[in-house]
Amino acid sequence: MSETLDHVASSARTDAPPAILLDKVNKWYGALHVLRDVSLNVALGERVVVCGPSGSGKSTMIRCINRLETHQEGVIKVNGIELSDDVKALDDIRREVGMVFQSFNLFPHLTILENCTLAPIWVRRMPKKEAEALAMEYLTKVRIPEQAKKYPGQLSGGQQQRVAIARALCMKPKIMLFDEPTSALDPEMIKEVLDTMVSLAETGMTMICVTHEMGFARQVADRVVFMDRGEIVEMGTPTQVFETPQTERLKLFLSQILRGH
Amino acid sequence: MSDVTLNAAATVPEAAPRSAPLTEVGLVGWARANLFSGWISTAVTLVLAYFIIRWAIGFVDWAFVNAVWSVPNNQTQACRDARGVGACWAVITEKHRFILFGTYPYEEHWRPALCVLLFVALYVVSAMRRFWRPSLALVWVGVLTLIGLLMWGGVLGMPYVPQERWGGLVITLILATFGLAFAFPLAIVVALGRRSNLPAIKAICVIYVELIRGVPLISLLFMASVMFPLFLPEGMNVDKLLRAQIAIILFAGAYLAEVVRGGLQALPKGQYEAADALGLSYWHKTGFIILPQALRLVIPPLVNTFIGFFKDTSLVLIIGIFDLLTAGKTAIIEPAWQGFGVEVYLTVGAIYFVFCFAMSKYSQSLEAELNRHRVR
Repeated sequence: MSETLDHVASSARTDAPPAILLDKVNKWYGALHVLRDVSLNVALGERVVVCGPSGSGKSTMIRCINRLETHQEGVIKVNGIELSDDVKALDDIRREVGMVFQSFNLFPHLTILENCTLAPIWVRRMPKKEAEALAMEYLTKVRIPEQAKKYPGQLSGGQQQRVAIARALCMKPKIMLFDEPTSALDPEMIKEVLDTMVSLAETGMTMICVTHEMGFARQVADRVVFMDRGEIVEMGTPTQVFETPQTERLKLFLSQILRGH
Repeated sequence: MSDVTLNAAATVPEAAPRSAPLTEVGLVGWARANLFSGWISTAVTLVLAYFIIRWAIGFVDWAFVNAVWSVPNNQTQACRDARGVGACWAVITEKHRFILFGTYPYEEHWRPALCVLLFVALYVVSAMRRFWRPSLALVWVGVLTLIGLLMWGGVLGMPYVPQERWGGLVITLILATFGLAFAFPLAIVVALGRRSNLPAIKAICVIYVELIRGVPLISLLFMASVMFPLFLPEGMNVDKLLRAQIAIILFAGAYLAEVVRGGLQALPKGQYEAADALGLSYWHKTGFIILPQALRLVIPPLVNTFIGFFKDTSLVLIIGIFDLLTAGKTAIIEPAWQGFGVEVYLTVGAIYFVFCFAMSKYSQSLEAELNRHRVR
């Protein structure tokens, strides 16, 4: 039943203009071909989970979307703006795209509150008071407002990652990218971060999430993308991808993941 | 079974914390652990203690008990009689004004003295974190201008004193302060430039650092003093002190740039990426995220370089500028005072030490304070 609901939801969303469009994107590290003709459309409000073995190019792909990595061939458009060497366009895109990293990457010399208000104040030109109120609002949403005056080093991994999510949200992005947000966490902290991501998904945020958390994928993903060796191998609803894998590569990957759990 | 063990564990009362045995803590414990832990260490401790105490007694005798503190009008016979058993501090009493102020006109000595005090006040104010705000830069500009006015004079009824007559401690402080105040910002710019994506900027910075680091400071000073005037048009003259000052700035800048670059490289890539992903511009990223962290990381090598350059300013003696060390050396050229170098050099060394040790101590406290966020 949930499958049909998902299906209806995602087909309804495809009518909206695409939030992210990747068309035949290719990238090389030297001679190594890390992205091969990757094409992907993500509609506004859609939640996409990307999975695949390590080295499959999934992180590289989402890092290309806000140009932390540059692609060499193909077209990437975010909110209709094409990624190029144009600095102005890049600024416009980064303002609308929030990112959460595997290793949190909070600024250790700034307090939690300063971490959250820095970009709104200097990039969005928001008055300090307003930015702080906004930061407290999001810190409350990720359930750690009482840590605002502390430094990142004083928080647990799970708390740090929730701050990182709040920091990205303070820029009021239209799209959120998650690059293995729970991979660096101790098992008991994974849930608190996933819960935060689930409630974010419920607000209708457009999300692309690289993760191996299959439970999370089943719960929130409209679509699951399986990548291997730089290519998108399979794509579909969580049920399609997890229950009826079509390729040997995906079957092998799933069996390894399941054995691990 | 497990119930039994659990119960058993629960019934054992928690041991009350005892204080450590007296022989393990405090002065006694420390001495036992570090000085008398075995018969070899006890023997070494006793032998070293004997030599240290003997030397200390000898020094006190020489420096205080048998010392000659003053002599009437250059009659140094008393000093010569005490030679070998007592210090002749009379040379300092007699020559301290020359050592501190060089050949600056005697009746105008209050001006360089005031400059030294202004420098020290500037250091103290700059060291206090509560004064770290943009207006501090204005204070620096103001104080440094005031120091220039005082030294040159020619206004407000102060007679003009040409730069050739400046000397002593104030020269050392001028060279070191102006040198590091300009070299440090230059170093930051060069270090950032060396990591730039723009090939031309990167090349200029690499060439600058490698060229300057590749030659000794002495040769740079010679170039500034001898070669540079040859390139100037006829009749145009740039102050010798200024030329030496520029050479020191360029030299210190290259060294400091490499120190700063070390800090930039030590920062995890994730910090750059997080700042980029938030949409911060290059200057915001550099100013708020990268430099504050990179500079904190390199406080120890940075202060090391600062201290090194404070002392390297004494090399200007080779182009005939009278810094503190040269003034000290010149003070004992007079026949009456020849042979009292030890006392003069000890005094000059003590002055250098006070400044360098203050820098070192301050950097330690600064490091602890700025890296508080690393402590859990």
